[in-house]
Amino acid sequence: MSEKTILKFSDETAAIAKKIVARYPEGRHKSALIPLLHLAQAEFDGWLSVPAMDCVAEFLSIQPIEAYEVASFYSMFNLKPVGKCTLEVCRTSSCWLSGAEDVVRHIEKKLGIKEGQTTADGMFTLKTVECLGSCGTAPMLQCGGDYYENLTLEKTDNLLEALRAEGKARVYTNDNPVNID
Amino acid sequence: MGKKILLANDHIEGIRFLDTYRKNGGYTALEKALKSMTPEQIVEEVKTSGLRGRGGAGFPTGMKWSFLAKPEGVPRYVVCNADESEPGTFKDRYLMERIPHLLIEGMILSSFALGAKTSYIYIRGEYFYVARIVEQAIEEAYAAGLLGKNILNSGFDLDLYVQIGAGAYICGEETALLESLEGKRGNPRIKPPFPAIAGLYGCPTVVNNVETIAAVVPIVNEGGAAYAAVGIGNSKGTKLISASGHINKPGVYEIELGVPVEEFIYSDEYCGGIRNGKKLKAVVAGGSSVPILPTELILNTAAGEPRLMSYESLADGGFATGTMLGSGGFIVMDEDTSIVKNLYTFARFYHHESCGQCSPCREGTGWMEKILHKILHGHGTLADVDLLWDIQSKIEGKTICPLGEAAAWPVAAAIRHFRKEFEDFIRNGEHVNDVKHYYRLNNLTAPIN
Ligand SMILES: Cc1cc2nc3c(=O)[nH]c(=O)nc-3n(C[C@H](O)[C@H](O)[C@H](O)COP(=O)(O)O)c2cc1C
Ligand code: SF4
Ligand code: FES
Repeated sequence: MSEKTILKFSDETAAIAKKIVARYPEGRHKSALIPLLHLAQAEFDGWLSVPAMDCVAEFLSIQPIEAYEVASFYSMFNLKPVGKCTLEVCRTSSCWLSGAEDVVRHIEKKLGIKEGQTTADGMFTLKTVECLGSCGTAPMLQCGGDYYENLTLEKTDNLLEALRAEGKARVYTNDNPVNID
Repeated sequence: MGKKILLANDHIEGIRFLDTYRKNGGYTALEKALKSMTPEQIVEEVKTSGLRGRGGAGFPTGMKWSFLAKPEGVPRYVVCNADESEPGTFKDRYLMERIPHLLIEGMILSSFALGAKTSYIYIRGEYFYVARIVEQAIEEAYAAGLLGKNILNSGFDLDLYVQIGAGAYICGEETALLESLEGKRGNPRIKPPFPAIAGLYGCPTVVNNVETIAAVVPIVNEGGAAYAAVGIGNSKGTKLISASGHINKPGVYEIELGVPVEEFIYSDEYCGGIRNGKKLKAVVAGGSSVPILPTELILNTAAGEPRLMSYESLADGGFATGTMLGSGGFIVMDEDTSIVKNLYTFARFYHHESCGQCSPCREGTGWMEKILHKILHGHGTLADVDLLWDIQSKIEGKTICPLGEAAAWPVAAAIRHFRKEFEDFIRNGEHVNDVKHYYRLNNLTAPIN
């Protein structure tokens, strides 16, 4: 993608973004930056290219650098392309003590990639991340908006298969209801 | 059975929806407050309750509320801290996911008490589905006239929004959270001024944890005195504990403050004992930042008293032989656990999460991670243990926010109580299982032999 590419939110996303901006007092619309970067990441292939960040900056009438410096601070924003499903395995204490390392090694072997890499077919990216607040159900991984907990190697295999069949991770955009009951 | 205050109804099917929540006594505190109480009376009840902040620091909530500046014509804000990123902590997630209306009712009560007309719940970005659950509950509350203009015909207006983070532990620190909510990098602010004077958008702001805000509901319902009647000493009421690690029943437990640690670990009402019939080796009692304690010191204080799950009892003995209740992230380790390996995951965590503003924190966390990585991979030297001790001792008190200390304390405590295990690891190039623990009562503050 060249620097000159110009990206724009779809009409639906722009409508959601407008609603978000209305949550803040007059003149404080910059508060919408992080939620809008999430929207941009969801809309533009799971990562924030320069044009994607420019689109957010333009929408909020702020300097592009303000969007870049925020995007680069937060670990959920991908500044490089990622696969359709990013597997984020927790690597902190409770998970590491409960076999998270085995899960990582297993996925590496199964997919033929190392931590931080993406499969050649662009399907999976493997990452390790810090505690996701799921320590009581360790080991665990996050993919898109979903938590997969109490993992075993067998469950991990099943998950990879299911994700491959679905073809993408589920993300929760602001108007997508969650049903857990 | 211990008394449950926040999670008394968490088992009821559909409790996350408004009608079920209301059928089970939900929003009666709000009706009571708006009909028959002044904001000042609510603040008084919270003071009487003895409630302390449940986010980690344990600061008295009523006192914090009374510090809030109230200049004429300037808006005030209530911001709920739902960033929950302290390793070992997952209670706020449970509460929001199971009973979101308890938090929402607490937010409306707190906003009424403090005179806020707009309030925000800042939820960590990874909890995206939790944020959606809370947003759906907020929509229900708007539709029922519990939020928006003229709530329950009281003349009180409130708008409540969820704000989502994007992956940064430091945004749990309240001033970093406010920066993030303003659309900036999460760099903690230099204090003073405190948020009570200049917080969100420079306006007076109260930041409280999810569990703290939720506790305002029963305090208004039953009165501050009834809440204060539960618990022990200056640890009033109940606390949500996130229990994880090598136990039979990991999960979120509401305990009456003052339950003996031994009962919490071994009784079937709570953790149900150590997994696979193993022995207990150590516990991190209040989230990754608090000092780890070996079996002897977590079950009993150095003076031989049974240790209790309370602010005072866990802190008994200071850092030499005690720890802290912190966020209530209770991580249990069995006899086979490598303390070195666990510490490495903490050191890596703090290095990853340091915002980088202060050199002692930025450089110190990186250096400690590097040394532990070296030890873990069999290349450590005995001098490394002293070096680790030296580095951690140079962070405390020299940084803008407490993350630096939070990174130093776990290193200090692991060496203080398990020095020999570090040395064995270094000598052998790998973890050496020794069921004997390395607790030395006589030489606690001087770890260098
Ligand atoms: C590095 C760091 C991380 C923190 N993370 C959290 C957090 O995730 N949740 C929280 O409620 N408080 C957290 N705190 C404490 C907050 O700064 C603040 O004290 C708290 O939100 C106040 O609410 P309370 O009085 O109700 O506990 C953190 C503090 C520090 C220094
Ligand atoms: S102590 Fe660490 S996290 Fe806190 S402000 Fe300084 S560098 Fe940032
Ligand atoms: S340690 Fe993995 S979710 Fe908390």
